[in-house]
Amino acid sequence: MAADEPAIEVVDVHRTFDVRRRAGRLRRTRQVVRAVDGLSFDVARGEMVGLLGPNGAGKSTTVKMLTGILVPTSGALRVVGLDPAAARTRLARRIGVVFGQRSGLWWDLPLRDSFALLRRIYDVPADRHAAALAEFVELLELGELMDIPVRALSLGQRMRGEIAAALLHEPELLYLDEPTIGLDVVSKGRLRDFLRTINVERGTTVVLTTHDLGDVERLCRRVLVVDHGRLVFDGSLDALRRLDGTTRTVVVDLATSSPQVEVAGAVVTRVDGPRQWLSLPSGASAAPVVAQLAAAYDVVDLAIQEPAIEDVVARLYQRG
Amino acid sequence: MKSRPGGGRLATYAAVASGGFRRYATYRLATAAGVFTNSVFGCIICFTYLALWQERPDIGGWDAQDAVTFVWIGQSLLMTVALFGGGFSDELADRIRTGDIAVDLGRPVDLQGWRYAEDLGRSAFHLLGRGVAPTLVGALLFSLAWPANPLTWLAFLGSVTLAVTVSFAIRYLIGLGAFWVLDVRGFVVVIGFVQLFCSGMVLPLVVFPAGLETALRLLPFAALIQVPAEVLLEKSTGWGLLAALGSQLGWAVVLLGAGRALTRHATRRLVVQGG
Amino acid sequence: MTALVRSWQAYRAISGAWVRAAMAYRASFVALALGQVLTSGADFIAIVLMFASIDTLGGFGLGEIALLYGLTGLGLGIADLVAGSTEQLGRRVRDGSLDTMLVRPVPALVQVAADQFALRRIGRISQATVVLGWALLHVDIDWNLTRAALLVTTIGSGAVIYLSIYVLGAAFQFVAGDAAEVQNAFTYGGVTLTQYPLTIYPVEVVRAVTFLLPLAFVNWYPALHLLGRDDPLGLPGWVQAASPLAALALAAVAGVAWRGGVRRYRSTGS
Repeated sequence: MAADEPAIEVVDVHRTFDVRRRAGRLRRTRQVVRAVDGLSFDVARGEMVGLLGPNGAGKSTTVKMLTGILVPTSGALRVVGLDPAAARTRLARRIGVVFGQRSGLWWDLPLRDSFALLRRIYDVPADRHAAALAEFVELLELGELMDIPVRALSLGQRMRGEIAAALLHEPELLYLDEPTIGLDVVSKGRLRDFLRTINVERGTTVVLTTHDLGDVERLCRRVLVVDHGRLVFDGSLDALRRLDGTTRTVVVDLATSSPQVEVAGAVVTRVDGPRQWLSLPSGASAAPVVAQLAAAYDVVDLAIQEPAIEDVVARLYQRG
Repeated sequence: MKSRPGGGRLATYAAVASGGFRRYATYRLATAAGVFTNSVFGCIICFTYLALWQERPDIGGWDAQDAVTFVWIGQSLLMTVALFGGGFSDELADRIRTGDIAVDLGRPVDLQGWRYAEDLGRSAFHLLGRGVAPTLVGALLFSLAWPANPLTWLAFLGSVTLAVTVSFAIRYLIGLGAFWVLDVRGFVVVIGFVQLFCSGMVLPLVVFPAGLETALRLLPFAALIQVPAEVLLEKSTGWGLLAALGSQLGWAVVLLGAGRALTRHATRRLVVQGG
Repeated sequence: MTALVRSWQAYRAISGAWVRAAMAYRASFVALALGQVLTSGADFIAIVLMFASIDTLGGFGLGEIALLYGLTGLGLGIADLVAGSTEQLGRRVRDGSLDTMLVRPVPALVQVAADQFALRRIGRISQATVVLGWALLHVDIDWNLTRAALLVTTIGSGAVIYLSIYVLGAAFQFVAGDAAEVQNAFTYGGVTLTQYPLTIYPVEVVRAVTFLLPLAFVNWYPALHLLGRDDPLGLPGWVQAASPLAALALAAVAGVAWRGGVRRYRSTGS
């Protein structure tokens, strides 16, 4: 395939489900649920993209369609140049998947055995497998865990194992579903470092679905926000922050307690002794506000707070 | 044991029993599937017994109609007395293995009594859900020997309750085995075979050679299927009925008592080990 | 062809790992395997006990019934060893582990069958083999090359017929995951039915297991030929050698059903 061909192309994809509900003792009603409703986006090779959205937004339906498990109702998908639904098994060799709540490892077998089995399943030449395994064991610090049955591993240890398992056949594209859920701060940090390494050094395209905006903030230059099966945002984290309706905050410490400052382009939202909070639209530059403050008041200290990404996303969901 | 107001404790056990009932009642499709399977097996076994009784029309003093009726009683009781094991005893063994049993023993409710109430609820569901429907199928396809005396049904219900109690007591002992053996699964399979064979489920005990039959009737397993079936078939009447129910009651008392003693022993061990 | 080889390699690797895991607890393994010998042998002990009071059942002697018993038990035993794990399909759909299998480059059926591979199921195989061996010593068969070949192909065909039933049952679980027990009526029910001579059943039953679900080809028709018995249905003689055909036909149906089940799963998401 051409190197400039995107890793993922999604064009106007729909996916509906028939949901049957029991209504009364015998009657059943049928309802059509649009899980994915006209989704279009591209992901370039080597990108690391965050797929965000509330529960039931259509994230996992989308990932299932991208892996070929689920057939779309309409629309076109191409993943590394293949139609996932038609070429599921061929695609499987070229992608890696980590489903957050399900294990791709063998629960009762030692980690080592799971990795050996995956070599057979993906038919990886022994030397390449050994090299990749050695690398991942070192990067993910799996050395001491290799002979422990998966069920006896901690959540963080298991997740490291899952990610190694998904990467052992050296896929071009990796899907990760909630990779850091339930992990402590240290484990999260370690895992994020590893993902960045994989993305940069191997050029692996990574698609991350997550609720943890920390993951997104530290890993993804680009964010896709899905709600009600539709794409409600596609752009950089900065652009997401500068969306209409969101605000940046200037926190200013004056020498003495004073009445509300008056500055063009910003409004005071809170006063606490000598400290005051001013709010300005995300799209606007903070420089004129800072300049006015410095000229007209006795400023001791000053800080600019970007909008919390949580708030921005929550606002997006409300609009969607 | 400290006694609490009797009514309160009874209410607790009733709630536990009803929980046991509902826990199985939620799986309607699974129940329907089980009814289908019991019915298919019932039919197959009926044909084999009919063939046997055609060769020997009076084998064991039963006629072919008795034999066919026995098949459907067996299919009805199979799940009711949990002949294949499972249910609470696996759970009990699991909790012992993981150490969660300490929590159970710390409760103000007696472990054995609580599990017994739960199992009675389960068995009531299995008798109704998995017993009645296959028997109707059997009645439709074969000519069954219904009791002449309506009171026999009452005696049968009593006998089934005792059968469930004996079965419970056995499974409770197996579950407790996890205190001493790391993996009780092998043990469960072997006991399962013994139960299948010695209860009359595989073949009514009356068909067994006389010496073997006498020996098997001395074991508690006959109380599970053979004895209740003979009550419904009105093979045990008058003093015979009392003797049948008495033998079930005797085994129930002995096995439940053994369970109590072992629980106490295991608890002491647990306390000593600080587990 | 390479796909087949690859599937086989994956099957061997996965099942091998489960065998090694089980062997770590050798005592449990032995107890469970012995337990299976006993449980699956209970039916045969019952038959032997019946024969304490009778000489023939449905016109067949103990040795002849043992032949029927051994053939059908061996067929089920092999199928159960190879694909007994497919009974877990409903659970795999519920807990989502099927999805994990669908994103791997080996057919999901191969993975479902190989996962949780339980060598203890060899218990039934050994028990059936012993009964079959005993039967062959006690029945009067006019051995020639054709009959020997018939015996071997019957065992293979029986295994394929039961394998197909396992796959059909798994496919059914795509539709009704909670109804897994229905499968037992056809696997264990099938083996119980066919361990007796079909002469003891109404003719409708015999027709059903000949034309509808070809269980009679697991042992009955080939055994009639081996024993030189007349077919009560009066079907043409070639039917007695038609077990491989019946097995292939059922396997084809099972394959279609499985594909249908996977397609349904992939298009309904449930």
